[in-house]
Amino acid sequence: MLKFIKGYVSSIDGIEIYPIISFIIFFTFFILVTFYVITAKKKYIDELSNLPFDDGNPSTALDQLNNSDQ
Amino acid sequence: MEVEKFYYDNGTVRKFALATMIFALIGMLVGLTVALQFVFPKMTYGIDFLSFGRLRPLHTNAIIFAFVGNGIFTGVYYSLQRLLKTRMYSDVLSNIHFWGWQLIILSAAITLPLGLTSSKEYAELEWPIDIAITLIWVVFGLNMFGTIFKRRTRHIYVAIWFYIATWITVAMLHIVNNLEMPVTLFKSYSLYAGVQDALVQWWYGHNAVAFFLTTPYLGLMYYFIPKVANRPVYSYRLSIIHFWALIFIYIWAGPHHLLYTALPDWAQSLGTVFSIMLIAPSWGGMLNGLLTLRGAWDKVRESPVLKFMVVAVTAYGMATFEGPMLSLKNVNALSHYTDWTIAHVHVGGLGWNGFLTFGMLYWLVPKMWNTNLFSIKLANFHFWIGTLGILFWTLPMYYAGFTQTLMWKEFTPDGFLMYTNFLETVKQLKPMYALRALGGLLYLSGFIVMLYNIYLTMKAGSFVAQEAAEAAPLEKNFLKPKNESFHRLLERKPIQMLVLSFIAVAIGGAIEIVPTFLIKSNVPTISSVQPYTPLELEGRDIYIREGCNNCHSQMIRPFRSETERYGEYSKAGEFVYDHPFLWGSKRTGPDLHREGTGNKQSKSNIWHFNHFYDPEAVSEGSIMPPYPWLIEDQLDVSSLSAKISAMRKLGVPYGDRYEEIALEELQYQAKEIADDIAANGVEVSSDREVIALIAYLQRLGTDINNSEEVIIK
Repeated sequence: MLKFIKGYVSSIDGIEIYPIISFIIFFTFFILVTFYVITAKKKYIDELSNLPFDDGNPSTALDQLNNSDQ
Repeated sequence: MEVEKFYYDNGTVRKFALATMIFALIGMLVGLTVALQFVFPKMTYGIDFLSFGRLRPLHTNAIIFAFVGNGIFTGVYYSLQRLLKTRMYSDVLSNIHFWGWQLIILSAAITLPLGLTSSKEYAELEWPIDIAITLIWVVFGLNMFGTIFKRRTRHIYVAIWFYIATWITVAMLHIVNNLEMPVTLFKSYSLYAGVQDALVQWWYGHNAVAFFLTTPYLGLMYYFIPKVANRPVYSYRLSIIHFWALIFIYIWAGPHHLLYTALPDWAQSLGTVFSIMLIAPSWGGMLNGLLTLRGAWDKVRESPVLKFMVVAVTAYGMATFEGPMLSLKNVNALSHYTDWTIAHVHVGGLGWNGFLTFGMLYWLVPKMWNTNLFSIKLANFHFWIGTLGILFWTLPMYYAGFTQTLMWKEFTPDGFLMYTNFLETVKQLKPMYALRALGGLLYLSGFIVMLYNIYLTMKAGSFVAQEAAEAAPLEKNFLKPKNESFHRLLERKPIQMLVLSFIAVAIGGAIEIVPTFLIKSNVPTISSVQPYTPLELEGRDIYIREGCNNCHSQMIRPFRSETERYGEYSKAGEFVYDHPFLWGSKRTGPDLHREGTGNKQSKSNIWHFNHFYDPEAVSEGSIMPPYPWLIEDQLDVSSLSAKISAMRKLGVPYGDRYEEIALEELQYQAKEIADDIAANGVEVSSDREVIALIAYLQRLGTDINNSEEVIIK
């Protein structure tokens, strides 16, 4: 009965190319992003990672208190 | 540059936060109810809308879309404004989004117990509600992108990328999976059938976990953990890789829900490979979250907020390691259809989503009410009892999963099944089910303590609905940095980010699904497979209404332990007229695919009748609830011809004008079954629902018996 499933797959022309295409697309993109990330300037990265802390909200005394609590 | 004054909208955040807590309570109460139904099967005797098959979708939908959904919106509406230094784009849209979403939840809470369901897991809602979800999702998107466009920061923080990817992917998944042919106002049939329907459903189902329960919460993690710990994320570089790798890979992994089923082999392998690859970005993200606390672990000891978040991220790490392991075919052969999967998802649900939400709320409420948390001690108590609850919940279910799968597969030295009766394996699990309910009760009690704590915090503080802030507007004439890399450009271009995210997920979706559709004409056709008779079709709809597929699979895998127990394994060609497919994903009861007359498992009509009336009387120790209403209620045939027309439009070969004789055929077949039951000693009118359901069960998996010949076109 395995023929059953195999017949199913072999009936698509060039099906084996699908996983290969997907792998190439992903891998290329991954390499590019990794390259970008490694070469990015530290100052810029620091600026980005500090975005959550600058919310235009003058930090109040209470905030300080909460932070020290935690 | 002149500084502009503006106000953050905390009102919407508060509304979403309250909704989160209300629906968490409801979702968990329903969860506890269904857990208790495993222990006391007759707990809700005779009340149709409280039966397990109808409550289980209510539980999953309430937790996913009502509790976690509102949790997402709480966190997004809070963090988006602050990360972009602007108020939400439109108060009107915020209001429509909030009330629209709650109305959808309300309609789900009404329709699901009524049995109005499409049967597709986590997409059970019927078509009018699906359309409403689409509209409200668009409103959310407009509001989010409007806010991004009027931002006062140049660059877009990584949390927002996760929100963007969530929005676009959920939109795509929801629309593709819910394409259906309406029959009546609250009844529809899936556009896809059998194998294709299963593939689309689990492409959706898997990515509902990925893009509703994971990516938005990762966004929240990247915002709230740094905020609470008061230090930037461990590695922003890692977060960039985390984002792209995660959304790129996640979308491919759906077929791992269908290993060893009638799905083509190549698609199964694709699912496995991508699932294994997923470990890398998932763990990258988890470590990034945990390492943010480097040098601040002393804070974890003191802050219940951080405790919740640390356990949440750890649970995320455990679940995302276990997931790929469960995608290995040899592991999946053991785990699939058992409580193992249930344990796995609850590590994610109770640990990752639950605890991250609790942590977020414990931090947000004091902030927005401008006060301190009422009691740190109570929050710590909640943390410990919640953690204990997770352990009591998951460990018995792991044990139950291992036990049952090993019992299913055990052979005697002579080569016969050791436990021929499925019930023998169920009886073993009963103590575990009781412990699981206890775990749920502990977790719920912790949450109730939280509600009390939060309530008193709110009462002590005064709510700041409009929070003042100030920031300089963006310079109109922005000078592009020289040699700006493509990705850096992307970090300030939300639409490009949206489009690229969409491409990333669409490629995966297309390559996974399209081949299966291209071969639609090549689905191995089995010449003897025929459309359901009118009575069987009505019976099938009752099967869907009662949610039988929540406990019974219809997919026999090609293992000797399964073919010995259930009969011939299931073939793709047998499901070509199944709109929707009903393969199921859990075997609380036995598989039913070869339940029909003449098959290995076939039972008499009177057996089925008695079994629906009182399962425990027929099968001693059964935990299936009785279905007395099926015997009392008359079968509603008013939409029979509409159903047949709809099926014909979907490609099911009912003859022209078949509608005209369908009712007559239905009555004839019903009378045959009723007569047979009467001949065995029970008088029952032939117009009862139970007759239709029996007709459907007696049909299951019988088509291939009529022909030895299998034709592959």
